[in-house]
Amino acid sequence: MRMNEIVPVVEMTDIAIGFPGVKALDGVDFRLFQGEVHALMGENGAGKSTLIKALTGVYAIDSGTITVLGEPKRFSTPGESQAAGISTVYQEVNLCPNLTVEENVLLGREPRRRGSIDWKGVRTRTREVLAELQLDHIDPGSLLSTHSIAVQQLIAIARSVEINAKVLILDEPTSSLDADEVRQLFRVIRDLRNRRVAILFVSHFLEQVYEISDRMTVLRNGKLVGEYLTRDLSRMSLISKMIGKDMEALAELDQAPARTRASNGAGVTPFIEAKGLGRKGSVSNVDLSIYPGEVVGLAGLLGAGRTEIARLFFGADKADEGSIKIKGAGQRIRSPRTAIDKHIGFCSEDRKEEGLIGELTVRDNLVLVMQASKGWARRIPRRVQDELVAEYIEALDIRPANPDALIKNLSGGNQQKVLLARWLVTHPELLILDEPTRGIDIGAKTQIQKLVNKLAADGMSILFISSELEEVLRVSDRVAVIKDRALVAEINNDDVSVEDVMTVIAGGAQ
Amino acid sequence: MSPLSTLTPLTVKKSSPARNRLRGGARYAPTLATVGLFIAMFAVGAGMYPSFLSGQVFLNLFIDNTFLIVLAVGMTFVILTGGIDLSVGAVVALSMMVSATLLQQGWNPGAVIVLVLLIGGGLGLLMGLVIQYFDIQPFIVTLAGMFLARGLCYVISLDSIPVTEGFFTGMAQAQIPLPGDLFVSPGVLLALGIVTVAFFVLHHTRFGRTVYAIGGNEHSAMLMGLPVKATKILVYALSGLCSAIAGILFSFYSLSGYSLAAQGMELDAIAAVVIGGTLLTGGTGYVLGSVVGVLVLGIVQTFIAYDGTLSSWWTKIVIGGLLLVFILLQRLFARKAG
Amino acid sequence: MKSLLKHRLAWPVIALAALLLLNQVFKPDFMSLRMQDGHLYGSLIDIMRNGAPTILIALGMTLVIATRGIDLSVGAVVAIAGAASCAYIAASPEPGSPVTAATAVLIAVVAALALGVWNGFLVSTIGVQPIIATLVLMTAGRGVAQLITGGQIVSVSNDSYKSIGAGYLFTLPVSILITAAVFALAAVLTRRTALGTLIEAVGINPVASRLAGLRARNIIWIVYVFSAVCAAIAGLMISSNVTAADANNAGLYIEMDAILAVVIGGTSLAGGRYTLVGTVVGAFIIQTLTTTVYTLGIPPEVTLVFKALVVITVCLLQAPKARNLLSRLKAAPKPAAQEAAKEKVAI
Repeated sequence: MRMNEIVPVVEMTDIAIGFPGVKALDGVDFRLFQGEVHALMGENGAGKSTLIKALTGVYAIDSGTITVLGEPKRFSTPGESQAAGISTVYQEVNLCPNLTVEENVLLGREPRRRGSIDWKGVRTRTREVLAELQLDHIDPGSLLSTHSIAVQQLIAIARSVEINAKVLILDEPTSSLDADEVRQLFRVIRDLRNRRVAILFVSHFLEQVYEISDRMTVLRNGKLVGEYLTRDLSRMSLISKMIGKDMEALAELDQAPARTRASNGAGVTPFIEAKGLGRKGSVSNVDLSIYPGEVVGLAGLLGAGRTEIARLFFGADKADEGSIKIKGAGQRIRSPRTAIDKHIGFCSEDRKEEGLIGELTVRDNLVLVMQASKGWARRIPRRVQDELVAEYIEALDIRPANPDALIKNLSGGNQQKVLLARWLVTHPELLILDEPTRGIDIGAKTQIQKLVNKLAADGMSILFISSELEEVLRVSDRVAVIKDRALVAEINNDDVSVEDVMTVIAGGAQ
Repeated sequence: MSPLSTLTPLTVKKSSPARNRLRGGARYAPTLATVGLFIAMFAVGAGMYPSFLSGQVFLNLFIDNTFLIVLAVGMTFVILTGGIDLSVGAVVALSMMVSATLLQQGWNPGAVIVLVLLIGGGLGLLMGLVIQYFDIQPFIVTLAGMFLARGLCYVISLDSIPVTEGFFTGMAQAQIPLPGDLFVSPGVLLALGIVTVAFFVLHHTRFGRTVYAIGGNEHSAMLMGLPVKATKILVYALSGLCSAIAGILFSFYSLSGYSLAAQGMELDAIAAVVIGGTLLTGGTGYVLGSVVGVLVLGIVQTFIAYDGTLSSWWTKIVIGGLLLVFILLQRLFARKAG
Repeated sequence: MKSLLKHRLAWPVIALAALLLLNQVFKPDFMSLRMQDGHLYGSLIDIMRNGAPTILIALGMTLVIATRGIDLSVGAVVAIAGAASCAYIAASPEPGSPVTAATAVLIAVVAALALGVWNGFLVSTIGVQPIIATLVLMTAGRGVAQLITGGQIVSVSNDSYKSIGAGYLFTLPVSILITAAVFALAAVLTRRTALGTLIEAVGINPVASRLAGLRARNIIWIVYVFSAVCAAIAGLMISSNVTAADANNAGLYIEMDAILAVVIGGTSLAGGRYTLVGTVVGAFIIQTLTTTVYTLGIPPEVTLVFKALVVITVCLLQAPKARNLLSRLKAAPKPAAQEAAKEKVAI
């Protein structure tokens, strides 16, 4: 194999990076060779972006070594990494929308004559670079913001070609592109590969990874799982490596369905019914119904589009296609406010940014949704607050049982319970739980799972999202499988195993 | 290892060059609107008062506003990066006080000017450093700078100090004749010189383009490896320097130093920049637009002077109104672009 | 003691106490109060009375800042309120009657309501950054005030009107009582309703607040209206105190003092948790600072430089980056000591 004979362009050895309370990367090795497309795989939080940021000088590494073409390097700014020939194209296209295409290609490297930027030279050079990538149709003088995200990404690639990058990192480049645009991007990527550029490709789209990559490195929980040739690794084994269950263990995990309870047969109106729901750059064409008293699990890899679907249901993002019916009547959910008025609740996966009001007390956080619905003028009387808070602190076993503690000082599990209680006091008819058990201890986790079952038994509809397939199967009556930003299957949880679901995610490629 | 790539045929892109040019033209729209507004106001003035339509009336707009032009230049740099500088009016007053006092004590005018420029630039640099390294909002830091500069004025003197020194009075009275019985003051040439330099720096140097890039997307600019920190600090130093120059020009104009001078001039400068088409969120705008913005403010004053029945406070009201219109226009453009 | 020091009001209160003590040392009768003609007199009363307009405006500013906003237009609103009421009184057929004074006050407050609604509209509905939105009124407002007064200083002679800023009631200056009443009103308005909590929620985490179904728009509207009304009352006080409206100078730079009071009082400019009591303490600190300058015999011109240094210090102490730097400086000796120890071992 060629890769054993030559020196890698980039070699990272035993890399560790820690943030307060988290080991983001722990002893990870990574190598990248000329003329290959190397996919970095792993779920969200596995350490992919941290690894990329270490390589691009955004984060400093705590320990380990980075060599570029055999030379040891330490990057402390993006500029240093770029000077070493490493160039990155981020998902959110880090260019300047207010400047022209040619400026974005050459910003900071404009040809100059006696201190003055040689604009003719800029134009010529940009044309050359664009022509090299067969992108001659892009007008160098046009404003970047007038182009689609896809074209902006190609322009970002043109910038890295201009700086003669030896390494090109593409971080989720295809997440907001349509099929045509992806094809054009892949043509450029292959073209660069043939010109011996080393390409690091990160994507949540499994099929694209299989289409474009030669090799892959899999990370899980900040640790290296392994490095594989793409053609040697089946989709099935890739997924099991990403989520950390091997095939034998999976087979044993087969379990009896949690319960058979909800009847969603003819004659029953679903609480919510989405048809063709979608949003540009997010998910498309989602058909999903949830019946009263039913728990529907959303399964799929992190980043496949689960949270996006939840946000559309709750009006956190506005859908731009499709329709939603609630109890059989067509509705438009324009904002969280409208969703809440229609008795929908949503616990976000991002507790800190989208859930907690950290500097407020447990009491204030717990009654927030109810208070917001009542309006500012009609304060919930202290006595009622005390009763509600005491009731839910006891029911959910929130600790410390002190309503006046600041919520930011509680443990993750207890914070989560307060956020759950925030919705429960409003008696929603549909509760969307996005990763309700992530990052909390096992005791609290079991309590929450039990609670979900109890709520459903009392008639609530629940949309349950979790990265842990076992958990999804344990609590759900029905499982909707998401892959590559679309809903690919719905399975009644009769006799379903984790393996079955994974087979669906892998796309029956076996 | 890798299969030879097959080059798929190019897909036809949706954005046609013609449409791009059209949309690219939108970035000049606010500035063009200002130019149109200025011409319209001049035309209305000419229609109402026959003497309005004269070259000298036009040139007087420059002569009476040299300091504001220079201030607006500095402010344009700051606002293009997405920042704001509230200290400029106070720094103008401080510069006037320092030069008036020192000239009274018999200092050499050249030395005075150099010292004033150093003080202004130094104050700006200091504010830039605090903004960048302590991550405090520019608004608050430059507000403190405003207090400091104004306070130093009071410390120097509460009374107005006349300037009688020869070079300054000479500059105040000097007229540079132009063809057609017209004239400008030396200050105008200096101000226009500074505008030219600023234009060159903004559009033909890497520093200038970095200023725009920071305003467009600071994070991107950082990731592109541009010197974001240094540029942001320098922009405030530049604004301080411009304020000092404006202070000297204002001294030429008023021949005195007074601690209460130039009150609210920071608002005029900000208004001129915004009316000139620069987005307050940064990244879009032109220094020439800011000059036109100053001229619009100037013509409002000229109008009121010509009218005789309108009072001076209409200036403030009209400026406030124009500010509002342009802010709303900007929101509209921003929404369309987004 | 330690937990007392950790209280968010601890440092402002200590600063105020220190300033007062300093005055006491240099002017032994500083704290003394005396009764004359049934009125209380003394330096402390003067501080409260002179500080009343700043306190009022700072109260409104506190709520605005808590929502991550800022209101630069308060100075202009002060000028408009004074101008509108004085112009009305001067033009009325009975310029001395209490009814005229009451109507004048009403006019000023209604004008302020409209101006507050205008600011709130620009910020919440149009989505203009608060600093820019209120800049419009800051610029145009003073012109409007001059328009109302015709550019003149409008003097009025109306005893009822004069009592707002210069009168006495129950031995205390009316302005102090009004300020206390507005403070009480603000406290009740924010704590007896859910307004205070919702303002803090919007300021602390706007994203989470939106997902909890909070309509931030109404909240933002309320705080700008409240701020404008506070400014109008301050404007009435200022013009009543001198029985004249000066559109040029009334409330000039008062927005800066108010923002300063809020920040010194311990409310972060980043929004979120606020403290009305802290703001009052902050305003007292500013007012006492001015008094101290006089007491110490420092030329009064230096006050502004003094203030500038205080703002910078306070902001630096609040800035997370500066705090990190401080704690690192404190921690720094440790590794150095370890290094030294290692070297010794090596030797």
